[in-house]
This record gives sequence, C-alpha cells and structure tokens, in this order.
Amino acid sequence: MGAKYFGARVTRLEDPALLAGRGRFVDDVKLPGMLHACFVRSPYAHARLQSIDVKVAMVMPGVHAVITADDLPDPMRREPMPMLLPNPAIAAVCTQHVLARDEVCYVGQPVAVVIADTRYIAEDAAAALIVHYDVLDAVGDCRDAIKQEAPRAHVDLASNVLATFRLAYGDIDGAFADAAHVFAEEIWQHRGGGMAIETRAVLASHDPASDLLTVWSGTQTPHIGRRILADLLGRELESIRMIAPDVGGGFGPKAIFYPEEAVIPAVALKLGRPVKWIEDRREHFLCATQERDQYWDVAIAVDADGKILGLRGRLLHDSGAFVPWGVIMPYIAAATVPGPYVIPAYQLDTMVVLTNKVATTPVRGAGRPQAVFAMERLLDRVARELDLDRAELRRRNFIKPEQMPYEVGLIFRDGKPLVYDSGDYPKGQQTALTIAEYDSFRERQRSALNEGRFIGIGLGNYVEGTGLGPFEGVTVRVLPSGKVAVATGATSQGQGTRTTLSQIVAGEVGCRIEDIVMTVGDTAAIAQGVGAFASRQAVNAGCSALVAGQAVRTQLIALAARVLGVSESDIDLEDGQAIAQTGNRPTVGFGELARLAQGIPGVALPVGQAVGLEHTAYYAPSQAAYCSGTHVAEIEVDAMTGGVKVLKYTVAHDSGRVINPLIVDGQVQGGVAHGIGNALLEWMQYDDNAQPLTTSFADYLLPMATDVPTCTIAHVETVNPLNPLGVKGAGEGGTIPAPAAIIAAIEDALSPFGVHFAETPLTPERIVAALRAAGAYERLFAA
Amino acid sequence: MSKQATRVTVNGKAYARIVESRLTLADFLRHELGLTGTHLGCEHGVCGACTVLVDGCSTRSCLMFAVQANGCEVTTVEGLAPDGELSVLQQAFIDNHGLQCGFCTPGMLITLTELLRETAEPSEQEVREALTGNLCRCTGYAGIVKAALDAAQRLRSAREA
Repeated sequence: MGAKYFGARVTRLEDPALLAGRGRFVDDVKLPGMLHACFVRSPYAHARLQSIDVKVAMVMPGVHAVITADDLPDPMRREPMPMLLPNPAIAAVCTQHVLARDEVCYVGQPVAVVIADTRYIAEDAAAALIVHYDVLDAVGDCRDAIKQEAPRAHVDLASNVLATFRLAYGDIDGAFADAAHVFAEEIWQHRGGGMAIETRAVLASHDPASDLLTVWSGTQTPHIGRRILADLLGRELESIRMIAPDVGGGFGPKAIFYPEEAVIPAVALKLGRPVKWIEDRREHFLCATQERDQYWDVAIAVDADGKILGLRGRLLHDSGAFVPWGVIMPYIAAATVPGPYVIPAYQLDTMVVLTNKVATTPVRGAGRPQAVFAMERLLDRVARELDLDRAELRRRNFIKPEQMPYEVGLIFRDGKPLVYDSGDYPKGQQTALTIAEYDSFRERQRSALNEGRFIGIGLGNYVEGTGLGPFEGVTVRVLPSGKVAVATGATSQGQGTRTTLSQIVAGEVGCRIEDIVMTVGDTAAIAQGVGAFASRQAVNAGCSALVAGQAVRTQLIALAARVLGVSESDIDLEDGQAIAQTGNRPTVGFGELARLAQGIPGVALPVGQAVGLEHTAYYAPSQAAYCSGTHVAEIEVDAMTGGVKVLKYTVAHDSGRVINPLIVDGQVQGGVAHGIGNALLEWMQYDDNAQPLTTSFADYLLPMATDVPTCTIAHVETVNPLNPLGVKGAGEGGTIPAPAAIIAAIEDALSPFGVHFAETPLTPERIVAALRAAGAYERLFAA
Repeated sequence: MSKQATRVTVNGKAYARIVESRLTLADFLRHELGLTGTHLGCEHGVCGACTVLVDGCSTRSCLMFAVQANGCEVTTVEGLAPDGELSVLQQAFIDNHGLQCGFCTPGMLITLTELLRETAEPSEQEVREALTGNLCRCTGYAGIVKAALDAAQRLRSAREA
C-alpha cells in the first residue's frame, strides 16, 4: 500500500473550491428556461382529502401549472412509493403516494405542487390554492397508539402496530431466576432530525434530443434514487441520470427517496422545462425524516460481583406515518444493546408502531444511540446500587480481546450472524479514562463542591456495526492526459470521500494525489452504486478503490515493461511515470501508456495486453465491520438554572486502520456535537394532535460553538481482518455513546441530591424539575 | 409586485438593477448576480450561512431586502479571495479541517473575517462567542475555532514581519 498518502493527515482536495464560494450545490445550478416549484402540504396530521380548487392559483401571472395526484404519470399516479428494506415481521407495507390521493397522515404530507416563473410567485400561488379536508382523529404518541381505542394512523388500519419481533439468545428466565440482583429502568429517547444546513433540493431537466432525464438531487444515494424514480416513472434506467453534486450535509435523512424526487422530474417531463425545488427549513422540519423516538422498559440481572447474567425487556418504536426504510432502526437498536459486554442471556421484544408524524428513518447513529443509552444507564444503575466504580463494573463485563472474533448470538441487520471481527474494549476504555484523568476526578469533584459547583463525569461504551453492504464500486482509469480518473457510486456530504479515495488510488497506481480526477455521486460515471449510510463508504468504496487501483497498477507495469523492454519486476510507478530500475532508468509517462493501451485502429493488440488501463471493482463485504469506542464526558451543572456545560470530552475510538486522521478526527468531533445536541438540546415537539411545534432553529436548538468543546481523540486501532484495508466505519461513533456519557455525568454531578435521569434530551427545565422534586432547592437555600 | 431600482457595489463591482421590493439580498446575490457562494440554510436568521458584509458589518442576507442595500458596499465569500489566492483565513480552514460539507463555510468565513479585522488577538472564548450566530452541523466547530486562532496568529506574524 502506498505509504505516502494512506494514513497521512492529507488536507482535503474538496476544500479550495468550497472556501472560495465555488462549490456546486443543487441550488447553484441554473438552467435556461428553468421554473420553480412550491409544494402544497397538509396542515393536518390526519385528514381525508376532499377537494383541491386550483382555479385562483392557475390564473395568477407567472404560474405555469398546478399539479395534483391525478396529473401525474402512471405508475406513480396510482402506486405508492416502494419500501426499500422488506422484513417478514412487517404486517403491511405502508408507504405514501408521491402526492396524496385520498388521505393525509402527517403534517407536511405533499398534496399538490405549484410551478411558476419564480419561487416567490410559486409560493403566492400555493397560498391561493383551496384544499378542503375532512379532519380525522390523529395519534401522536406511540404509547397511546397501541391502545385498542386509539385512533388509527391510517383509516384502513386494523391496528397501529406495524411489526413485532423478538431478538433473543440464552436462558433468559434462568438468568433472572438465579440473579443476586435485578434492576429495571424505563428509558425514553425522543425524536430529532438530521438538520443538515443545506435543506433537500431537486432539479430535473429533460433533453428531448437524447431523451435523457437528468435529475440533480441533494441525496446520499443517487443510484438507489434513480432506480426508484425509473420504476415510478415507468422509464428505462438508462434514460435517467441522477447527480448528487456538492451536498451540504446528510446525516441519514438524505439517504431516503422522497416524494419530491419523483414529482419534480415528472413535472419537468410534463412541461418540457427544467424545474427546481429547494426545500425551506420549515418543510425540512415537517417532511424530512427524523429519528430516535423510542421507549425502553428493560431489566438487568447481575451476580453479587456485578457480572451480567442477563438482560431483557421491551422496546416501543415510533415509526411515524410511513415506513420507507422498513424496521431497520429498531432492529439495529435491538441488536446493538449487548455492545462490548459478555451477556449470557438476552431477550428484547420490539414493537413498531405507526403514528401521525413524519416517518422515522436513520439519523446519524440509527437506533444505536438509544440502545447504548439503555445499556449504559442499566450499568450505571448497577454500579450505584452495588457501590462499585462505574469503570470497574464495565471492566468486569468486557469481552476480552482474546475472545475475538466474538459471536454475540444474534443476527445483525446485514442478515449475517452478529460476530465482532476485532476490537480491544478494555484498552479502549482505559485509554479514554487515562486521558480524561478519571482516577483523579473525585478530587476535582470535591474541590468543586467546596466552591458550590456541581461537576460530574460519565462514560459510555459502544460497538457499532458499520460498513454494511451490499457493495460499492470504484472505476480507476488512466487518461491520455496522464491523469487518473476515478469514479464511484459512493457519495459525499462532507465526509471527504474524494480525498480518502484519492489517497488510496494514488498510493496504488503511483500518481500524485492532485492528478486524480474524481467523480462521485453521478450515475453516469459508474454503472452500479449504493451510496452513503451506515458508515459504509470507507469499507465498501475504500476497498473497491484498493482493488481497482491494484488492478490498474498491474496493467501499467505490464505495459511499461513491454514498452521499456525490461522485466515487470524492474518497473516502479511514481508520480504518474513508469520508471525502469535498470540501465539509465528510462521512463514512460502514464499519458503515453494510456494512449498505447487504446491500440491502433484495425491492428490487433499484443497478446496479453488489457484494453485501456482501466478496472472497475465492486467490493462486497462479507459482513458488517464492528467499530467501537469509549466516551468520557466531564460536565458542570448550574443547579439554579439547570444549565449544563460540557467541560471536557474524551474519545477513544477504534475504526480500524485510519486512512486519514484529519478526516476521522473531524468525523468523531462532529459526531460528538450531534450527540451533545441529542443529549441536551434537540427536541422535536408535537402537540396532542401530532401538530409539530418546533419548526424553526429558534425553537429547535442545534449545538452552537459555545456548546461543543474540542474533544481529545485517541485512535485505538485494531485492524479489521475481514477487509483488505483493515478499516471500519467512522461516521457515527462520535454520536452513539454521547447521550449515555453526558446524562451519566449530569446524574453524577447532581448525586448530592440523588436525582436520576433516563431520558434525552435533558433540558434545563427538566433538570430543575427533577431537582425541585428531590427537594434540592430547600437544601441549597438553607445552605 | 412593486419594483424598485437598486444600486449596490458587490465585491468592488457596481451593479444597478430593478428588482421586486420583496426580493431578499440573499436571493439577489445568488440569482440576479450569480454569486452562489452565499448559502441559505434557514431563511429565518438563525443559521448564519447567508452572512455577508454590508458596509463592513456582518449581516444576514436572508433577513434583508436587496433594495435596503441600495448604495451599500457588500462583500460575499467570492470577495474574500478576489485575485484567486485564498486569504490567510481560508488557508487556515484547509490546514485545520475547518469545513466538511462546506455549506455553512461562507457564513463562517465572513463572520470570522469581521472578528479578525476588529480583534487582532482573540481568545478561544471570543472566537466561539463570535461564531454563535453561525450553525455548523458537520464539524463540531473544533476545526473552525482552531482555524480562526491559527489565522489570527498568522496575521499577527505577518504584521510584525
């Protein structure tokens, strides 16, 4: 492997254009004759759609069309959108029509779209549309939804329960019967959003000369999007090109195929004009998928020394009104609970429930933050009850490195047995504790308390299944210019995909990193692709880049040896040149080799000569890659206001071999910020009628620069033996254990008052309420 | 819709346009002038992605009408590196991994350009407070803060040299 780039803190190739204002996001693309769209959306969480009066809107100057469901082409006019991830546990497929036909099931569901000369006019006309609804009872809380008398989230549902399934192994009843101690917790994590700063965006243009429909979408998954769009339009895949240009953050919600991605292309085809739609922030709050809402009712059985004997419980998952991505989030959650610990018996019964809220699909972490929160809250409880140090309790229960590969006893979401490939969990925790000065914390806490300050420390451990298949692809091709073209179905929403793949390819083929010409997120560049989710691209696309780069290296060496008249073992590849290590070290450039590899028209190629200098590799991992880590949070609580400040945050992270520490550190730091948001700030509130209440950044708080400390990050690398790069995913580990560590730290800080927390987000008002209930203020004022 | 004439100097170049009174400065810059470096993240004045300098002061271009900028000098991200060479601050963003997706970056650069102009030696806390008007979902701010402090240091060294 090329040591020059792999593993080095290479600054990013993406940066100069983005810093100069020369990025190319969807809304930066301007086409001649382009029209603008504004969607008309349901103001009700549940209603029958009675009629849509378009007359006033239609005659407004500058309005070109008002499109409702009946104006759409088949099959999308009649057929609902597909569900991507089937599961036999799902009672009935429940996906939406791209424009509502008879019934709307969440606030913001699209019912019509107005097309006009400008977005301003489109919004005026959208406001002039008269839509009659027959309002139905809505169900907003999944705990209510399972009651027999609850309103149904859809009128034709017999029950709001979408799916139930059990993940289990071992003798769970025996474990609890024999236990010295059993402790139970009720845990809640509420929903929040991905909240990429760039909202969703779609632009579609049809070229009648070539019959090519080009769609620019701010998506994480253009290849999947193209496939779904082809089905919904009844068009051949080859007559659609989907491009994800620069995309301003993803975090999961942009992995989903949305109604707007079908409607805008359909309208562009219908009108014969390019049409653009840019989501506004309020729409993003209403219509972009969200995550987390889960209620856990769990119990842990331990022996007298705190060793875990078993863990069992129930998980109630709010799916929202539709299930575009099946039940993978609660499934991942259920499979993530055991984490880095030896748990002899396990049983979790999961119930997935429909409500009249926007669908939940993966948001950075995808079910794992909830699972880790449940596990770590239980362990903190055990430690408190048995008067054990929290780190020591975890040490007693860790899977040891010599137990790797470790078979948990469950099937993971990739369909394969949950087998941890590698990892050193005790070392990871110890590394984090040492950096965090955990052992001396009690002294710090005592001196703070003497000054009337409440500081606390908390930790969270996790194991995360990353790098999920099915595959990703990379094409490497040497160009006649001497540069090296790289194309991939992987996409970038800020992860530095161009840079990391360039590092791998440049190292393999022996060119300068700046001579790589990279195309990401364009279905025209490579036949097959999947995209960004599940921290999968370093494993899938990274290994594809390695394999394709190695193949092209072999081709380059073979051709150069023939051209220079030396043996292949005498050829070195460096900076875009093949150099013979014999005689006067003759060289031949990649550009010339690329031309030679094209052959001469009509003349047979030499025997053994590959066509072109090109290879496409599709790497398909055999199973998930299990990364792991430990977070330690040190925080201060202002008991009077409930305000929380994160003082110090430490991460020990094992994502296998690190391709670029600069980028991985950035992923971890950014992930922690998202976790801080989940733990303390981000609260997507709905009223009793499932009407969203927090639909601006003034109501729904994202972490600011003053909320997020600079983390100390240590890489504890254990090489993944299952892929040729030895890598594991790194995109979500920063988020996953953060709420567990932070809430534990808050509880620790307020331990003089004996308050207990088992929910996120923990807002100041909730902290003050708990302190008040514990009689803290009487004591504080008396002091 | 009523229209008004507006004259505005953007990145040193004078423009005269007749625009709808309700056209925001952000949409004017992006769609009338083609300066798409200024981004819109919320259109309600919180995220700060659309921040530009109006007569030298950082301003939300989503909360201001183009006609209100009549007679003003506006600087956008495209104006920070007019001759194609990145500014000290922009280079510091590269060196300290101050951006990921790059969408909030133009607003960050404008806010910090103003800060560094007014405060030669900002503390980390001052940098963080200056940035509270700009949201970033990718980076967790560490690289941005580091870049600002690094740029301040480089600018001081350049002045002393």
